[in-house]
Amino acid sequence: MIDSLIMLASGAPGKPLFSSPAIDSFKDVVNFWSQPQYSLPLFTILFVLMLVFYRKWSRPIPAGLILVGFSAIYFGSMAIDSNYSLILTKADNVPITIMLFGVGICLWTAFREAATNDKAIEEGKPIPYSDRDDKVLVWPDLVYIELICLVLASAALLFWSVGLPAPLEAPANPAGPPNPSKAPWYFLGLQEMLVYFDPWMAGVILPGMIVSGLIAMPYIDTNPKGNGYYTFKERPFAITTWLFGFIILWVVLIVFGTFLRGPNWNFFGPYEYWDALIQVPLTNINLSDYFWLYLFKSELPTNPFVREGIGIVLSGAWVLAFLTVPWWPLMVDNIPGIGKVSGFARKLFGQMGTIRFLILAFHLAIMAMMPLKMVLRWLFTLKYFIYLPEFNMNL
Amino acid sequence: MIQAIIAYITSTQIWNSVFRHGVPRDRRTRVMAIMSNVFLHLHPVAIRKSGIRLSFTWCMGGLTFFLFLAEAISGVLLMFYYRPVPEYAYSDIVGLRAHVTLGLLREIHRWGAHAMIISIWLHMMRVFLSGSYKPPREFNWGVGVILLVLTMLLSFTGYLLPWDQLAIWAITVGSNMGKATPFLGMQGPLSDLPQLPGGVALVTVRSDAAYLLLAGTSVGENALMRFYVLHCIALPVVTAILIAIHFWRIRKDGGISGPM
Repeated sequence: MIDSLIMLASGAPGKPLFSSPAIDSFKDVVNFWSQPQYSLPLFTILFVLMLVFYRKWSRPIPAGLILVGFSAIYFGSMAIDSNYSLILTKADNVPITIMLFGVGICLWTAFREAATNDKAIEEGKPIPYSDRDDKVLVWPDLVYIELICLVLASAALLFWSVGLPAPLEAPANPAGPPNPSKAPWYFLGLQEMLVYFDPWMAGVILPGMIVSGLIAMPYIDTNPKGNGYYTFKERPFAITTWLFGFIILWVVLIVFGTFLRGPNWNFFGPYEYWDALIQVPLTNINLSDYFWLYLFKSELPTNPFVREGIGIVLSGAWVLAFLTVPWWPLMVDNIPGIGKVSGFARKLFGQMGTIRFLILAFHLAIMAMMPLKMVLRWLFTLKYFIYLPEFNMNL
Repeated sequence: MIQAIIAYITSTQIWNSVFRHGVPRDRRTRVMAIMSNVFLHLHPVAIRKSGIRLSFTWCMGGLTFFLFLAEAISGVLLMFYYRPVPEYAYSDIVGLRAHVTLGLLREIHRWGAHAMIISIWLHMMRVFLSGSYKPPREFNWGVGVILLVLTMLLSFTGYLLPWDQLAIWAITVGSNMGKATPFLGMQGPLSDLPQLPGGVALVTVRSDAAYLLLAGTSVGENALMRFYVLHCIALPVVTAILIAIHFWRIRKDGGISGPM
């Protein structure tokens, strides 16, 4: 509160370079659509389009246009909004910009090679560079590349260090938490998940399962194809799942946590002033309240397990549904590229065996619970599936 | 004249005791250059053409290792100037910029750490997208995942050391997660289950997971010392050992991946 008064008194942030009514209405539109309930589905749609049309956009001209267009909006916005440039130029946020462009450019080269390789596979030709004996000597062909990379990386690091002082705020004051208090940026995807889950899920179970899932991955993925070269066609399921986790549930959530979460962890659009005085009403409702108070118009049962029975059953059913996909009697017909879900799962199950399949299905169930809870929060202001404060266990 | 001097130097016993081969100009001496150098012999002598393309590897694994070395060197230098106690920590950091000639050490160390986080993510993405985790490289992928976690922990523990507002509150947010660990954290689910006979709670506010990490109930001087030791000794040593395993296994698992 005092912080925000000081900010108001000092007049920060200053005036942008350009302003006009047209720009203002553009900002309003962007601020509105960047709310998580709109932008995350939007990003997901873009993500799917990226995978479906990887052969088209990965050609140099479309990719270059995307890069130029994105850069123009990303950096150009600094000229039209001083709140935005304040956030973007915060010293510890600079690595996020580098990360975003790094991820984008690396994804582009990967999909460009995948397009080339997939074309060769379709035409029955060998993949480029697939001759195992086509070798060069490490001296000079590799050591020189390494030397050049070393020199360039040193230069870049020095340039960065000269140009941007490392942030140092006021001395530590255990009595005065800043608002908002944020973890280091690379953990902010998890801190953003705190909006939807309690700390034991967002801070312990989810990161634990990211690590266990990553380590288990090579043992779960029994697809022998795509070993040692970029391809999308030969392993669409693995790449879609993994990249959804990395791009949408990790990178995009980091951007949310760093750029779009202000005081009290309230959401602010990219061109909005971080006003600490804004109050957002807490309107979230537990599933058990919906069930007993709204549906049955009765009081909450005193036994916590009866009270939360509906949530426990539904959460268990969610996980069980994933574990038992191969035996689903219902056939979900013709999802493009996959076909029948249960048929696809049955094929996987046949390839993988019981243990591998169960580990995969369990990780997928928990991973899918993240977007599920987000969507339910946005649609029904759902707070917890299971609300058991008696055991500190809310899900 | 110069050639005569070079010819003389390269003919001395000292030179020949260090370099066991001539200038790497032909196949034999180029192979020797790799084999007779302890650092270079991490490499094979010959490598598949597919593996040295920048568009394939993005050089991200190598960059991560380079940044690890840069962090180690700048970190050792920083230790000359820094005392991990609340009385001095912040002023030592201020002094780094004010009093130390070419006071760039902290910048190099901090931005290098962020860059290393980015490069290790991109390295992981490359290995995933090129399917290089598949047999026979499953184990090395697992080693890599642990190295990823260690890198983030190294960066996290280092975040506290400047002892400014950014530092202690970021670590407070992070270590609050420890309090929520199931069974082991005071505010976590089922934390009253671990009990001694007679109903004595094992997990209390002074014995839970967050207390183990912070050596206190909040981020204080004990936490600073603990993070300092983890950051400067424990985590780097474990990381260095795992890096050695990671590199060794690359060779043992058939070198850089490529299409079969």
